[in-house]
Amino acid sequence: MENIYLTIVLAPLLGSIVAGFFGGRIGRAGAHWVTILGVGLSCLLSLYVLKGFVDGSLPVFDGAVYTWMVSGGIQFEIGFLVDQLTALMMAVVTFVSLMVHIYTIGYMADDEHNWPKGSLAGKNSYQRFFSYISLFTFSMLMLVMSNNFLQLFFGWEAVGLVSYLLIGFWSVRETAIFANLKAFLVNRVGDFGFILGIAAVAMYFHSLDYREVFALAPQLANVQIQVWGDTSWSLMTTIGVLLFIGAMGKSAQVPLHVWLPDSMEGPTPISALIHAATMVTAGIFMVARMSPLYELSETALSFIMVIGATTAFFMGLIGLVQNDIKRVVAYSTLSQLGYMITALGASAYAAGIFHLMTHAFFKALLFLAAGSVIIAMHHDQDIRNMGGLRKYLPITWITFLLGSLALIGFPGFSGFFSKDAIIEAVHLSQVGGSGYASILLTLGVFVTALYSFRLYFLVFHGQERMDEHTRHHLHETPAVVWVPLVLLAIPSVFIGWLSVEAVLFGDWFKGVILVAPHHDVLAQMGAGYHGQAGFVLHGMLALPFWLAMGGLALAWYIYMVNPAIAAYLMVRFGTLYRILDGKYGFDQMNMALFAGGSRGLGKLFWKTGDQQLIDGTLINGSAQGVGWIAERLRTIQTGYLYHYAIAMILGLVVLLTVFVTF
Amino acid sequence: MTFDYAHLLPIVPEIAVLVLASILLLVDLWLKDEDKGTNHLIAVFGLLVVIGLTGVVGGGEREIVLSGSYIRDPMSDVLKIAVLVVSLLSFVYSRDYLRDRGLWVGEFYVLTLCAVLGMMVMISANSFLTLYLGLELLALSLYALVAFERDNPSGAEAAMKYFVLGALGSGLLLYGLSMLYGASGSLELGAVARAVAWQGADNQVLVFGLVFVVIGIGFKFGAVPFHMWVPDTYQGAPNPVVLFLGSAPKIAAFALAFRLLVDGLGQLHADWQGMLVILSVISLAVGNIVAIAQTNIKRMLAYSTISHVGFIFLGLLAGTTEGFAAAMFYAIVYALMAAGGFGLLVMMSRQGHEVERLEDLKGLNERDSWQAAMMALVMFSMAGVPPTVGFMAKLLVLDAVISIGLWWLALIAVFFSVIGAFYYLRVVKIIYFDKPEVIEPLVVGSGARVALSVTGLAILLLGLFPAALLTYCQAAFA
Repeated sequence: MENIYLTIVLAPLLGSIVAGFFGGRIGRAGAHWVTILGVGLSCLLSLYVLKGFVDGSLPVFDGAVYTWMVSGGIQFEIGFLVDQLTALMMAVVTFVSLMVHIYTIGYMADDEHNWPKGSLAGKNSYQRFFSYISLFTFSMLMLVMSNNFLQLFFGWEAVGLVSYLLIGFWSVRETAIFANLKAFLVNRVGDFGFILGIAAVAMYFHSLDYREVFALAPQLANVQIQVWGDTSWSLMTTIGVLLFIGAMGKSAQVPLHVWLPDSMEGPTPISALIHAATMVTAGIFMVARMSPLYELSETALSFIMVIGATTAFFMGLIGLVQNDIKRVVAYSTLSQLGYMITALGASAYAAGIFHLMTHAFFKALLFLAAGSVIIAMHHDQDIRNMGGLRKYLPITWITFLLGSLALIGFPGFSGFFSKDAIIEAVHLSQVGGSGYASILLTLGVFVTALYSFRLYFLVFHGQERMDEHTRHHLHETPAVVWVPLVLLAIPSVFIGWLSVEAVLFGDWFKGVILVAPHHDVLAQMGAGYHGQAGFVLHGMLALPFWLAMGGLALAWYIYMVNPAIAAYLMVRFGTLYRILDGKYGFDQMNMALFAGGSRGLGKLFWKTGDQQLIDGTLINGSAQGVGWIAERLRTIQTGYLYHYAIAMILGLVVLLTVFVTF
Repeated sequence: MTFDYAHLLPIVPEIAVLVLASILLLVDLWLKDEDKGTNHLIAVFGLLVVIGLTGVVGGGEREIVLSGSYIRDPMSDVLKIAVLVVSLLSFVYSRDYLRDRGLWVGEFYVLTLCAVLGMMVMISANSFLTLYLGLELLALSLYALVAFERDNPSGAEAAMKYFVLGALGSGLLLYGLSMLYGASGSLELGAVARAVAWQGADNQVLVFGLVFVVIGIGFKFGAVPFHMWVPDTYQGAPNPVVLFLGSAPKIAAFALAFRLLVDGLGQLHADWQGMLVILSVISLAVGNIVAIAQTNIKRMLAYSTISHVGFIFLGLLAGTTEGFAAAMFYAIVYALMAAGGFGLLVMMSRQGHEVERLEDLKGLNERDSWQAAMMALVMFSMAGVPPTVGFMAKLLVLDAVISIGLWWLALIAVFFSVIGAFYYLRVVKIIYFDKPEVIEPLVVGSGARVALSVTGLAILLLGLFPAALLTYCQAAFA
């Protein structure tokens, strides 16, 4: 099995290397073929592994492949832990990645138009793009398949790096550069917490291996660590919160969410792959993987839940006022990530992972469909210039509709199962903050439906607001674009129905995710679970369903029936609108306080510290000092013989005085 | 005790040098002015033969012959070969300079070979007398060489200063030796060592003599405050003489110090260690700082020598085999670097004017990029920049000092090295970034070109593979 796992990881890496380093030689077709074959192989093998776990024919694999070094008694290894959780992630990652690879052929076909003439960076950009997304797939697989913290960190940083490269892929655009720097810096903040968490693990557990750490965790559950004198914190809470800060960066949770909307500057395929379906879910995966640690700290769980719920609701609200098609989907992603995180806080790890999976499919679908719209609109992303696209892009339209229904949790669609489970689980949770979270998540359903269908109606229905030239050229996108849409639409609709029983209430995660009995809300729910149909019926009687329908209806009313009301509301609730449009001022605060502050501090250190103190005083000052001394000392060398002789005699006298004591 | 010709075997190299000098003296009588090149050829090939002979008679256990006044051991083999190689290089560098200046007379070679003989005697000395004999042979030859350009008043001034101060230094040394003789009752180093061991280290007469001996050594090395002759002599003497004076004698001086301080007075280590600490610290300080203020490159290199002496003393004062090996390595490497540095000055000075100002090196890179690169290599090595051998040498010495716990001394040495890096790098800057005042390319003879290349490459290769030389240095004290 080890060879299969190695192949799964290394095939995309190989594709990436070939496309990246030999892109000029193998040409465009060569580059997309080699990467698609690599990822395709990976995907097939991952599905095989998943099937193995479904029918129980595969055992859990946990082993080191390569020992990198041993230092201070800690082994640093490259190794794989492949269990049900990993298998699920592998399948999702490679499948979405494969779809995105295929889709990219169509999306990037005219990439040379995105670069100035003769630009060096624009040379072979197509091949480079394929190399990056394959490299991303490799990094993400390393992350999810890791059996130790070191490799987890490697994957964590590697996906961050590729994300940085891809957000700024169009490196000649000012906004793209700003966005990728922003993403990088914000993720630094998260990663700082993350590596502190890993350091705490290494310090107290003397191991970085998951198995050893998890085995030792219960013994260290009540350890308190001293910080700043008499203040002491629980070790588990400290580790949990620190690791979660990493997750907040990667999974874009308030207040480290600011990078994700801006990351939409990257080409749409990677928005789908990285900033919706996979990389941003790394935080959710990590927390679920660390469930044996998190279960030992209720404080950390509360923290997670509050952050998640806040993100879920308030980021959804911003989605209501966005006019860029990708940004609406981006805020919806933030909101949905918030749902997953909240589920983790409620110890419903399985529900979080389940939502991660369903979300990966329908969000990738929505993004790619949005990309298809963007292609058709000749890279105009403003929904105010769209409308009535249904008849021009029938396949995009139907898949987008399916994705939106899945997103708002329409009964029977995959999103319904996962989101309903989360809301129910949080409702049942006894962890501190669950009341707050429960209210926000429930209200969030209404918001989700409202912004999703606002987008849907504005894009696909109503008046055609684009200019004549664009309308004239509107037509369905090529097969490489719409085939992935269809392939993603299928799981978006059905995957929930098919897997809800096993993943949420069955024993799929038994022995993989650990939940303390008094936290186990999913088990309580499982007691009342009687098949998918029952779940759907039950859901249709509950409040969230009616909120979703209400949101949908309201969107229909405002944007289809009575468009004037939108403008009226905007004026009527001007303050609220400005707050939402300003994204609660996070960006301004970051720019003024952190960016401005660091620049100010840097300038201070540069001007006074470096230029005046170090360069001026220490460097030039000491140089001048030495020069001054040198000028004085050289005058001793008078050229007179008797001075020289005197110097020798004086030397003699001094040595005699010092060493010969009569 | 009967005289056995076999006892002469270890002295064959010295005899060969003497014979060579005598041959040159005779041959020169019959040579016409345009045939003086023969002198050069004889000297160069003669030295090659001597190097071969030294290699042949060398090796193996130490031998003490001539009634205990002469010793041949692994250290003397290595040091003699180093002295001979560096002298050979200086002959090759100087050839064209001497020819163009009308200095191409047999006396230059005879005097230089006498100096070489003196150094070899010093290196192999096993008694105070032999040591002093070698020292004076070296010194007297050098006095004459410094004044070799008879019509040049600055050369004469330099020679006079050197001579008077040298006489003072020799006098102090001799006085110290006489004290030691008085206290130990022997001239032979081994016997002195035994006597010192028997008397104990707290004999004030011994320490009194030791102070004078250390001053004599300090003078020969040019350590502060006995360094005053160095800049003036370097500045006044003709470049080929400076080349010779500034390189090989440092190796001999190391032998002098080792024979006296370790072979003879090893028991007084605690005392001479303290003296060398003082001398090395002020040498490092004065050498490096004053060099910065120099505009004359010969004076600059003179102060640079003083600072390098500080480093050699650091290795010696450690008093461990590791330290001796490091100091020996340093002395040989320094001689090589100095030969390269002064060699370039000699090569550049031929046509009518003496290269001695820093400005003369301006834009050397545009005139001859290979020579410029070699000079840069020498400067980097003197500054102690890896991967040149100068770095390895400094590293070994510092390591030796730290291993005996004198880390503060190592810190001082590093501190002054940093200051010293300035004037070495300034030379590199002048060579590469300043506009040349003279634009015509350098005319350099093939011999000198080869010699400079060999020096430069040796500096680089020994830096990469220091073991090639270091193992011999370590074996000398094993």
